[in-house]
Amino acid sequence: MKHLGLIITREYLNKIRNKSFVVMTFLSPMLMVALISVVAYLSSMNNDTLKDIKVLDQSGYFGHLFEDRQQLRFEILPDMELDQAKALAEATAAYGLLYIPKVDSIAALQKGITFYSTDTPALVVTVGIERLLQRQANALVLRENGIDDKAIEALYFNVSTQLETFAGQETSKLGSGLKLVFGGAAGYLLFMFIIIYGNMIMRSVIEEKTSRIIEVIISSVKPRALMLGKIFGTTLAGITQFAIWVVILGVFSIIASGVLGLELGTGVSMAQDAGQLGDTGSQEMAAAVAKEIWQLPLTNLIVMFFLYFIGGYLLYASFYAAIGAAVDSETDTQQFLLPILMPLIIAVYVGVFTVIEDPHGTVSQVFSFIPLTSPVVMLMRIPFGVPLWQQIFSVLLLFITFMGTVWFAAKIYRVGILMYGKKPSYKELIKWLKY
Amino acid sequence: MALLEVNEVSKSFGDFAALDRVSLSVPKGSIFGLLGPNGAGKTTLIRIVNQITMPDQGSVFLDGSPLAPNHISDIGYLPEERGLYKSMRVGEQALYLAQLKGMPKSEAKAQLKVWFERLEIGHWWDKKIQELSKGMAQKIQFVVTVLHLPKLLIFDEPFSGFDPINAQVIQKEILRLRDEGATVIFSTHRMESVEELCDHIALVHQSKIILDGNLTEIKRAHLSNRYKVGVECADPEQTLKAIGEKFDIVPSTFKSVYKGVQFSLQLSEKDNPNEVLTGLSHYGMIYHFVAEVPTANDLFVQAINQDKR
Repeated sequence: MKHLGLIITREYLNKIRNKSFVVMTFLSPMLMVALISVVAYLSSMNNDTLKDIKVLDQSGYFGHLFEDRQQLRFEILPDMELDQAKALAEATAAYGLLYIPKVDSIAALQKGITFYSTDTPALVVTVGIERLLQRQANALVLRENGIDDKAIEALYFNVSTQLETFAGQETSKLGSGLKLVFGGAAGYLLFMFIIIYGNMIMRSVIEEKTSRIIEVIISSVKPRALMLGKIFGTTLAGITQFAIWVVILGVFSIIASGVLGLELGTGVSMAQDAGQLGDTGSQEMAAAVAKEIWQLPLTNLIVMFFLYFIGGYLLYASFYAAIGAAVDSETDTQQFLLPILMPLIIAVYVGVFTVIEDPHGTVSQVFSFIPLTSPVVMLMRIPFGVPLWQQIFSVLLLFITFMGTVWFAAKIYRVGILMYGKKPSYKELIKWLKY
Repeated sequence: MALLEVNEVSKSFGDFAALDRVSLSVPKGSIFGLLGPNGAGKTTLIRIVNQITMPDQGSVFLDGSPLAPNHISDIGYLPEERGLYKSMRVGEQALYLAQLKGMPKSEAKAQLKVWFERLEIGHWWDKKIQELSKGMAQKIQFVVTVLHLPKLLIFDEPFSGFDPINAQVIQKEILRLRDEGATVIFSTHRMESVEELCDHIALVHQSKIILDGNLTEIKRAHLSNRYKVGVECADPEQTLKAIGEKFDIVPSTFKSVYKGVQFSLQLSEKDNPNEVLTGLSHYGMIYHFVAEVPTANDLFVQAINQDKR
């Protein structure tokens, strides 16, 4: 196609040199990282404050159990009235008061224990304390029934199920979580990209119509070349922005995690208190995460990300170009935009709700083949392992469809760019396909 | 030799016939006026020549060969509805557009400098279009149209947006381009420009050509053998009556510094204007004796009205 390179270059430079592009590219990742850092820092600060908890154990069963751990400092109060204890706790600005009443039997402990505090206590604290109490109460019941202490100790061991696929691949709960994150991030990223850059293309087409430059250009190049040049040029600008973001975020994350290295640590301890992960140290935690990341089909993910990125984006970009050509101003675009965005939104919903539950179920599979939704849905499925033939088939389908939509879009574009004053409707557009 | 030959071109949009078997021939090196009321089909024809639209029937030949993609660089088109990229700089934009027309960048740069000097707008090179006034932008628009040294120039209402002085400047440049070898097709409603510039005209009305040919010849063909006459005399009323008895006259007025009688004189085929002139001189000093020649405006209106019937 004649002059395609020239047009792509002009569109690319036009986008890149735009002030808002520069601001968006360089400022927003910094803002994001800054935001995250501030939030993380503030919450870690919060976690560092020691929580002073007073314990009034009138039952006598628990006294010796409450050892200081992480941010919790337990102070066992001497025997006193509840009201006195409450007053004392408030006076000393304690985090809270744990009250265990005098009971006749251990079973009665199920309902009687109360935690008094000024505000609702953190979930982590409540759950942590409950776990402690639970364990002790269980031990007491066992002792009552004649089981000796050694046996009781042996009773408590962490059961964690090893996860392994039939193919012998080790997986883990952490791994599942990460797959979700990666797949979700990829799908969401694509979604955002399509909307932002698609809009840019549409606006560019409308601008050329309103400024009437299109009348001049159209005597030099074919409309299809102009449309494709615009799409590719804008794509390149988007990829440039994306690449810059990756670099910036990478650099900043390294710096930030070094400075705020505590982040990871406090996050881990929070999880520990909630008793979900067992007793792994923060270092082991980081190692576990890294191990899981490496176990993800990374090459597959990256290669497919690019392919779906290009295919999906180009598919929607041609729609945006056609819409821009059909209207005279941005306000008229609404009636056309909604049906175009619908499949995209559906894709995100399917991804988030269905793929997570059942990555290889019928719904997930179907939507990972339909060209309008496949980029998002398939990307979300890939971390969970998708057979290669499915991926290849889906990509091919996407690219064939893209060529079809470009053909349609070019027809509408060709007629639309020289058509003014007509309020376009779908009926009108179909007429244009025949011109 | 015709630079542009349009043969029996027809084009319809749905049910609407925009052009109906239109033929015309634009001689090389001429300035050709493409005239007609709004909606007649001029723009459609121009778009076909520029290969923006394809004809349903008929053919177009440029310099002897059928219209082909490579002809794009041979044509410069200034559309009636025109514009430029607002946020792009003048120099850069002109080079971009010239390159789209197939001109190498270095040549375009050199030519651009020539035009900037000629029109004295060198300091605009780095300005964005949105920083220029309308008249300035129109000048740039003109330069962009002619920059790639095309054989055929098509101007659609080139003077709109220009004040009288700048319109003169553009007119001068159009003539210069013609003198340098270009052929110009010129579409306008400004009949004065047609008078001043065009050698040939074609009049389009409701998708058909109703008049075309060399302007002078058309005018000659439409001569009605009438003369505007002014005779200086002492007694206008008497003189007019006397002349009226001998000749076929209709009183008329036209601006003059002389005082006397003014009338429109209709001669018949066999009348010799010289003899009539001598005859009239008996009544007083003849200060005005001019053949009434139809203006392009007259021809336009006459032809349209006739076609309507």
